[in-house]
Amino acid sequence: MEMIWQGITEAIRLLFSGDPEVMEITLLSLRISGLATLISLLIGLPSGTLLALGKFPTRKFWMSLVNTGMALPPVVVGLVVSIFLWRSGPLGSLRLMYTPTAIIIAQTIIAAPVVTGLTAAALQQLDPRLEQQLLGLGATRWQVIWALWREARLPLLAALMAGFGSVISEVGASMMVGGNLRHYTRVLTTAIVLENSKGEFAIALALSFILLLLAYLVNLLLTWVQQRKPQG
Amino acid sequence: MNILEVKGLEVIRNAMKVLTVEHLAVAEKETLALIGPNGAGKSTLLLVLSRLLKQQAGTILYRGQDVSTLGDLAYRRKIGLVLQDPLLLDGSVFDNVASGLCFRRVPKAEIHQRVDDWLEKLGIRHLRNRASRALSGGEAQRVSLARAFVLDPDLLLLDEPFTALDTPTRLRLLEDFRLLVQQSGVTVIFVTHDQNEALLLGDRIGVMMAGRLAQVDQPEIVFNAPASAEVAEFVGVETIIPARVIHQAEGMVIADTGTFQVEVVGDCRVGQDVYICIRPEDVTLLLDSDGSSSARNRLEGVIIRTTPQGPLERVVVDCGCPIVALITRASATQMKLQTGTRVRASFKASSVHLVGR
Repeated sequence: MEMIWQGITEAIRLLFSGDPEVMEITLLSLRISGLATLISLLIGLPSGTLLALGKFPTRKFWMSLVNTGMALPPVVVGLVVSIFLWRSGPLGSLRLMYTPTAIIIAQTIIAAPVVTGLTAAALQQLDPRLEQQLLGLGATRWQVIWALWREARLPLLAALMAGFGSVISEVGASMMVGGNLRHYTRVLTTAIVLENSKGEFAIALALSFILLLLAYLVNLLLTWVQQRKPQG
Repeated sequence: MNILEVKGLEVIRNAMKVLTVEHLAVAEKETLALIGPNGAGKSTLLLVLSRLLKQQAGTILYRGQDVSTLGDLAYRRKIGLVLQDPLLLDGSVFDNVASGLCFRRVPKAEIHQRVDDWLEKLGIRHLRNRASRALSGGEAQRVSLARAFVLDPDLLLLDEPFTALDTPTRLRLLEDFRLLVQQSGVTVIFVTHDQNEALLLGDRIGVMMAGRLAQVDQPEIVFNAPASAEVAEFVGVETIIPARVIHQAEGMVIADTGTFQVEVVGDCRVGQDVYICIRPEDVTLLLDSDGSSSARNRLEGVIIRTTPQGPLERVVVDCGCPIVALITRASATQMKLQTGTRVRASFKASSVHLVGR
């Protein structure tokens, strides 16, 4: 109990003292996971829409692949991305290994199936005749999609939250492709692992509280957007 | 001029032909009611006519132009579509009614004016800012109608829009809808399984049976002179008896059922196999002891079943073949009609319709 209390007080101290290293780690975590979530949204929203509304023969196969992707273990993603980005790997010439970009790539691979799968599920739960009704009202294909996104905005924001949640909290891939380099690729989760291995439990706990607070604030913002009443 | 014409239409699903329409023409400002049993292809035809389902063969001409050359979007922006469920979007009543106009990028000031105008006409101006999720079934359907009418369509396609409503709401909305169609002069194709709705709204009625248009005619012709035994059965002709024409002279025909003979006003050749069709409301029942009647056909029989049907009583009389009569409850009580009572079923030669077999 004392250790937990120490962790909380240390977290408050680190937050309010504006410790530059903690601030740097926190902002980097937010930037990397935020960007990975944004890229996942750009990939997942159209792909999920295509899977939900498209009529093509291999649709079920892709759907099952995406559903499997939603349970991708981060360490496996870390391993595969490492193989590709390693100096002798197919993308080694890009020199991305142990860079924030490498972490963004890995996190995008983790979050994109989550956003895609939940987007497809969100659109599939709408009445299928709604699409017909919108077309019957003279909507173009894009206007139909936009209207369906608006109708499914609550589960779509939930998909975004799930995507962000899956990457802000992962450690395996970030550690493997980022290397936990101080002032460069150290994010909250990798820093917690490091402090834990050093036996600095109070600092590890403090960083954990900051991570939880960060996740909470981002989700609070998304929930506020999600639960807003539509304008009449 | 025909606003819409369909030629040689075929829709195939899972290697099965589910819809065949040889020819159908709808004149400007006409209301065509499509009726038929469940699974007859009414809604499929409506989806094809709105270009939401593609046919495998045939052409649809809009004002003489093939709609496939006109383009789906351009064509759809000339029509209005109302489905059985209102399918309103999450938002206010105003947002929903304005949606089609927004898709067409109509200027905002015009949208406000047109939406308010149609909300007023449909009696839902007071619901303007209410959330669509908070509406009753009748209110939601009014919003759905306003959403279609506000587009000022050339052609309005409706798929059983009043089916899900309770009777008082449905009757009020039907009457309002009829007046709005008259005032706006819009051409309407209206799918329903309710024959009363078809009679109230339809300038013509099309009867669909097993994926085919079995008959398209004026309502009185469809109901009194159905084109086939199936149509007759669907439009409420309850007595349908196979017979053969044995005599024909001076516009009168005698058809023999094997059990009795029936005189009919009509023109069929001797030897032709036909169905005798009699509507139940055209059959009068007389007690065995009653006197004479001007009706040419009088058949003696025994009541085998009586069933209440609203304010009426449906009576089945066995005259060798079952003849169905619809009489008032008061008459049934006064005549003490019950199972086993001997009666005479009479009907005029002009009330009988013959359909070829």
